[in-house]
Amino acid sequence: MAVPRLELRGITKQYPGALANDDVSLAIAPGEIHAVLGENGAGKSTLMKIAYGTLAPDAGQILWDGRPVALRAPGDARALGMGMVFQHFVLFDTLTVAQNVALGLPPAAARGPARTWLAPLIARYRLRLDPDAHVGDLSAGERQRVELLRALAARPRLLILDEPTSILSPEAKAALFSTLRQLAAEGCSVVYISHKLEEIRELGDRCTVLRAGRAVATVDPRASARDELAVLMLGTAVDQVRAVEPRPAGDPVLSVRRLSMPAPAGQRVGLREVSFELRAGEILGVAGVSGNGQTLLLSALSGEEASGPDDAVLLMGRPVGRLRPAARRALGLRAIPEERLGRGCVPEMGLDENMLLTMAPAQAAAGGWIRRRGLATAAARVIARYGVRAAAPRVPARSLSGGNLQKFMVGRELDGAPRVLLAAQPTWGVDVGAAARIHQALIDLRDAGGAALVVSEDLDELLGLCDRVAVMAGGRLSPAVARERIGTDMLGRWLEGRWDHDPA
Amino acid sequence: MIRLEPRASASRLATWLSPLAALALTLLGGAALFAMLGVDAWQGLRLFLVEPFDGLYAWGELAVKATPLALCAVGLSLCFRANVWNIGAEGQLVAGAVAGGGAALLAGPGTWPGYVLLVMIAGMLGGMLWAALTAWLKDRFGANEMLVSLMLTYVAQLLLGYLVFGPWRDPYGYNFPQSRPFDEAAVLPVLWEGTRAHAGLWLALAAAVAAWLFLARSHPGFRLRVAGAAPAAARYAGYSSRQVLWTSMLACGALAGLAGIGEVAGPMQRLTASVSPGYGFAAVIAAFLGRLHPAGALLASFVMAALYIGGELAQSRLGLPASIVGVFQGMALALLLLGDTLVRHRIRWHPPAGAAG
Repeated sequence: MAVPRLELRGITKQYPGALANDDVSLAIAPGEIHAVLGENGAGKSTLMKIAYGTLAPDAGQILWDGRPVALRAPGDARALGMGMVFQHFVLFDTLTVAQNVALGLPPAAARGPARTWLAPLIARYRLRLDPDAHVGDLSAGERQRVELLRALAARPRLLILDEPTSILSPEAKAALFSTLRQLAAEGCSVVYISHKLEEIRELGDRCTVLRAGRAVATVDPRASARDELAVLMLGTAVDQVRAVEPRPAGDPVLSVRRLSMPAPAGQRVGLREVSFELRAGEILGVAGVSGNGQTLLLSALSGEEASGPDDAVLLMGRPVGRLRPAARRALGLRAIPEERLGRGCVPEMGLDENMLLTMAPAQAAAGGWIRRRGLATAAARVIARYGVRAAAPRVPARSLSGGNLQKFMVGRELDGAPRVLLAAQPTWGVDVGAAARIHQALIDLRDAGGAALVVSEDLDELLGLCDRVAVMAGGRLSPAVARERIGTDMLGRWLEGRWDHDPA
Repeated sequence: MIRLEPRASASRLATWLSPLAALALTLLGGAALFAMLGVDAWQGLRLFLVEPFDGLYAWGELAVKATPLALCAVGLSLCFRANVWNIGAEGQLVAGAVAGGGAALLAGPGTWPGYVLLVMIAGMLGGMLWAALTAWLKDRFGANEMLVSLMLTYVAQLLLGYLVFGPWRDPYGYNFPQSRPFDEAAVLPVLWEGTRAHAGLWLALAAAVAAWLFLARSHPGFRLRVAGAAPAAARYAGYSSRQVLWTSMLACGALAGLAGIGEVAGPMQRLTASVSPGYGFAAVIAAFLGRLHPAGALLASFVMAALYIGGELAQSRLGLPASIVGVFQGMALALLLLGDTLVRHRIRWHPPAGAAG
C-alpha cells in the first residue's frame, strides 16, 4: 500500500471504569472508503474523536501522510485537511444553511451571495438544499446534509462520517453513497463509521471491526458474509428477533380523527386532517421522510403540543386532545422522543433522576419528596432488564453512548407499563444488538396486548416490525396498510404523497 | 487570531477552583489599585482580609451584611437554576422593606411583642408582590424578565423615596427623609450582646438549607432544575414552565423581601431613603461565586460582606472613594466569568486564515 493518508498506531484511551480503545491500529489509504464497524460502546466514536483531535489518546501515535502529527484540537485536524460529520448536529438553528457553512470557512472563501459560492457545491454533490433556508426549519435528514455540506466546503482530503445514515431515507442514503464514491474517486479518503452491516458491505473498500475497544479484524466487507461480519462485531451470533406473526388486533386504544394543526413557528409543515386508529395488540408504523409532520404528530399525541379539539384524539375512547403529557401518561400513553439528549433525557442528570422525568408523581415522589433510593432501584432495574451499559444508576445520561441511552429510554417507558407507546426513530444510531433488543421489547409489548406507534425513516425497520404501515407526506397521513400488502413501487408513490388513487 | 475552543470536558476541580482563583486575582488587582492610589498595598488589603474577621464586633458586622446578601443570593440561585434571569432582587428587597416597614409603623408602645413576626411576613409578601409583577409580565406578555426586574428596581426605590420624603416622614425628624423609629415590638432581636447581628442571620441559614432541600430532594425542585437544564425535556415530561417561572420568582421575591425587612427591622430600625447599598445586585455575584448552590451562595455572601466592610474601612481610614466596593465587586464578577470561560474553553492561537496551505 502507498503511504496511508491517515494512520493510527497503538491508540489507547482509558475512561474511568472503561477502556474505550485498547491498542487500536488503523491505516487509511488515499481515495479509500474505509468502514469502521462496531457495536455502540465498542469505541468507534472515541477512536474518531482521537483521530480528529477532540480527545487526546493516553498512548499511541497519529501519522498524516506518513509523518507523525500532534493533534491538540479539531482545528489542527482541519488544518491538515480532515473533515468530520458528527452524529449529533452541531448547527446554529437561527442561521441559514449558507451562514452555517460559512462559519467553518475562512472569510474569503464565503464571500458574496450564497448562490454563487455554495450552490455549485450543493449541485455537485446533489445535496438538495436551499442555501438560504434557516436550519431551524429543516428536518433531521436535511440537517444531516448541511453537516455534510459544511465538511465538504472545506475541501477535505479525509472525511470522517459518524453514523451518517441513521435517519436518511433510502433515496437520500443512495445519494449519499454516490456522493461518497464520487469523493473517493476524486482522491479523498472516507472513514465511514457504522454498525449497519448492509451499508458497509455495499459501500466499504475495507472494513475494520472494533469490539470492546479492540480492533479485532480488518476485512474486505464485500467478500464477507453478513453473518461473518456480525459475529466479528458482536463476538457471538446475533439474536434473531422473533418473527412477527399477524394476529387479530383488539379494540382501538388510540384514535385520531381529522386532526389538523398549523405549522408551529419556524416550521413549514402542519398536520392536515390526520386520521388513524391504533388497536390493542398491534404495532403501527408511520413511514416518511423526516420533516413531513411526524414530529408535530407525535407532539400532538404525547400532549407536548395541545392537539386542537378535545375529541380529535381519543385514548381508550376518552377525549384527551387538551390533556397535558403527564395526564396522558397517567392514562397509559407514553412516548420516546427522537432527541435522546436534551429532550428524552437531561444530559447532566444521572439515570436515576432521568427515571423521575416520566414517572408517575405518586410513585416517584411521596408527598413531593424524591426518594433517591427508589429511583436508583428503578434505574438499576431498567439497566439490567434492557442490557444498558452503564457503570452505575447515577452516571449522567450524557456519558452513555447513543444506543445505550436509547435502550435506557425504551426501558424507562416500558417500565411504566404503557398501554400505548409512541416511539420516534427508536433505533436511530443504535447498533444491531441494541436494535434487536428494542424491537423485541416492542413486540413483547404488542404480544402482551399493548399497542405501539413507531415513526421511522428506516423502511426495513418498519416492514420487519409493524403489523400495519401508513405513510406521512406533507402533513397528511395515508391509510394504514397491512405489511404484507405493501409493494416497493407503491411505497415510492406514497412517500411522495400520491396515495389517493391506490386502493388501500 | 485568538480563538476560544470548547474543551471536550470541563474539569470538576477547575470548576470549583475558578471562584477561588477569581477572588485571589481580585485581591491582587486590588493591591495594584492601592499601589496606584499611593496607599501601602498590604495596609489596604488588611482592611479586606483581616479586619472584617477581627473580633466579635467585626464578625457581627460581617453577619449583618452577609444576611441580606445570602437571602438574596439563595433566592437568585433558584431563579438562575431555572433559567429565569431575575436580576431585580434589589427591587424586591426594597419592596420588602417598604411593605414590612409599613407594617412596623403600625406598631405602637402597647403592641404584642411577637408583632415583629407579622412585620417579617409583610416584608416577604412585599418582595413576592414585586417579583410577581415581573413573573406576570413575562407569563402574560412574554416580557423579558431581565429588563423588567431591573427596571422595577428603580420603581421600588422611587416608591420608597416618595414615602420617606412624603407621607411616612418622621414629623420630629428635622426634615430628614426617614420614618419615625420603629417601636420595640416591631424590631428584630440582636443575637449577641455587643454586636448588631440580628435574627435575620438564622433566617438566611434556614433559607439556604431549605433551598438546598428543595432543589435536591423535592419534586418541584427537580422540575425547576429540569426546566433550567433542558427545557425540551421539561416539556416532554409535561412540566409547566409557568409553574417553574412563578415558583422561582416568588421564592426569590420572598427571600429578597425578607432581606429588605431584615435590614429595616434589624440594624436600621426605621425606613430611610436608601435601605440597601446594592445588596440585591451584589447577590447576583454571590450566587455565581457560589456556583448557584445554596451552600455556595451562603459562603460567597460572607466573602461579599467582607468586601463591603473592607470598602467602608478603606473609605474611613484611608480616605479612598466609596466606589472602591463597586470596583472590587466588578473585578470579582469579571474574573469569575473569565475563569469559567477558561474552564470550559481553551484559548488557541491560529495563524490568520488563508496563510496556511
